[in-house]
Amino acid sequence: MEPLEIVERLKEKYFSEIVDVTQFREQVFVSVKSDRITDICRYLHDEPDIHMDFLADICGVDYPGRKYRFEVLYNLYSIKFRHRLIVKALLTEEDPNINSVVPIWNGANCHEREACDMYGIIFHGHPDLRRILMPEDWEGFPQRKDYPLKGREDWEYKGFEECKELHNHDKEWNIQAS
Amino acid sequence: MEKFSEGPGNREETSRLSSNGLTLNIGPQHPATHGVLRLVVDLDGETIVKCTPYVGYLHRGVEKLSEHRNYMQILPFTDRLDYVSAMSNNIGYCTAVEKMFGIELPERTEYIRTIIGEMSRIVNHLLWLATHALDIGAMTVFLYCFREREKLLDLFERLCGARLTMSYTRIGGLKNDVDEQWLKDLYEFTDEFPMRIEQYETLIDKNRIWLKRTKGIGVISAEEAINWGLSGPTLRGSGVPYDIRTDMSYGVYDKVKWQVCTGKNGDVYDRYRVRMEEFRQSNSIIRQCIDQIPEGPIMADAPKFTLPAKDKVLSDMEHLIHHFVLVTKGPQTAPEGELYVATEVPKGELGFFFVSDGTGKPYRMRIRSPSFVHVAALPRLCEGELIADLISNIGSIDIVLGECDR
Repeated sequence: MEPLEIVERLKEKYFSEIVDVTQFREQVFVSVKSDRITDICRYLHDEPDIHMDFLADICGVDYPGRKYRFEVLYNLYSIKFRHRLIVKALLTEEDPNINSVVPIWNGANCHEREACDMYGIIFHGHPDLRRILMPEDWEGFPQRKDYPLKGREDWEYKGFEECKELHNHDKEWNIQAS
Repeated sequence: MEKFSEGPGNREETSRLSSNGLTLNIGPQHPATHGVLRLVVDLDGETIVKCTPYVGYLHRGVEKLSEHRNYMQILPFTDRLDYVSAMSNNIGYCTAVEKMFGIELPERTEYIRTIIGEMSRIVNHLLWLATHALDIGAMTVFLYCFREREKLLDLFERLCGARLTMSYTRIGGLKNDVDEQWLKDLYEFTDEFPMRIEQYETLIDKNRIWLKRTKGIGVISAEEAINWGLSGPTLRGSGVPYDIRTDMSYGVYDKVKWQVCTGKNGDVYDRYRVRMEEFRQSNSIIRQCIDQIPEGPIMADAPKFTLPAKDKVLSDMEHLIHHFVLVTKGPQTAPEGELYVATEVPKGELGFFFVSDGTGKPYRMRIRSPSFVHVAALPRLCEGELIADLISNIGSIDIVLGECDR
């Protein structure tokens, strides 16, 4: 099925949810409100002639200054029918909460954790939402556009707890770092 | 004889021996984790109850860095993602950028890219087979595989001067053309290689230890494998004929005869068989490409995006300015838009997603790396199995942590 046909089907069912449809080089993007994202994903996954069984990717994008600052992109593909559709869920800066799609695709687990780690988007219903790439005591969300490339100058990474203990030990014994 | 099979070495027998739970930490520095992968494993006797992977030890922030580099400067980062098959990553990245910019490649470039892509697949699978076999206990295969790998790396070195981090492709083409002698030497290699594959197979294919350690281990059904987002040979081992090369979206895979290899049972053994068959297919693709390769230019005719030839840069003012702008600021007329382009690298589906805002730098670059997804699926593969089989499972999903942590 052509991606635009899928969008038409989606419009029939969830007309009030769809905000925008864009197309670039034959790839179709559907922007939707974030409230009913699990219903939309469940529909795309379960409908026999759409059958989006392969979740290629979930990623966040940050647009500071827009009304909806964050976008969560669900890159859906059907291995059987070989069609792709990218669903964008729009989130505001004040309320970066969205429901998890892990109950639909197990593969969403690591991608959602990464989006949480890098953008601070909270996925409700995720079985194990922790930082994945950054250390667990990291502060801030590195891939947000307002996070500087070289880190903040006024802020020093405190390190892991065990490193801290080692640091104190060095102080007590008056060891100088070479 | 029957008495022996009921002894404590028996799988069912071992699983019945229970003890109080034991939590075991494997890695991040461990020879069998293929990089800095850390696993915390909860054990009941020898059976894995829960497995939690910890990744991120090799996180270098490539996605963040890319937002501050122009398109040309990102290319060397892609070498460092999956450093075992850097050439495939180069092709994947350049294909994605070209699709976004709308650049049509010359035919010769498509052929050369297909050849080096498949060479890279062979190099990757050779290293995979060598280390996977070494993990399970077959030392000899390791040495044999590295012999052939060395020959291919030498060919890479002659082509672009590097053996591991090649950065050979360019946006809209290649760094330099291949010569006749190089193609001839590669052809000689492909003459010999099928016999080498048979050698590896005689070493392990009917080896009882190998079969015991791979058959029926880490079984995952087709539906579940798709649901977990597995791709590449790991998915094809479960019998799903999903291969992005068949989409004809890049390369000349429509002009050569080859087939997608699939397994049946979805266990470690079938994933091994799929990769062994891919050796033969890649070898055959390379041979056909060398037979068919046409003459012609290697850079696309898109002066807004591609680097001008070096001799012109050194002799012509316009080309020099052009080169300077492209290298320092990036292409100034990049179209605005978003695009996801996936290519089939040896490990699975490598996708690049770009958000372009019309400047020389990507607004957002997302790398969908197969290893990241495969590591996440590792608990599903190994929970309920023995701790010794964990190593077979890690080997069979073919991960590289540079790509996983990005």
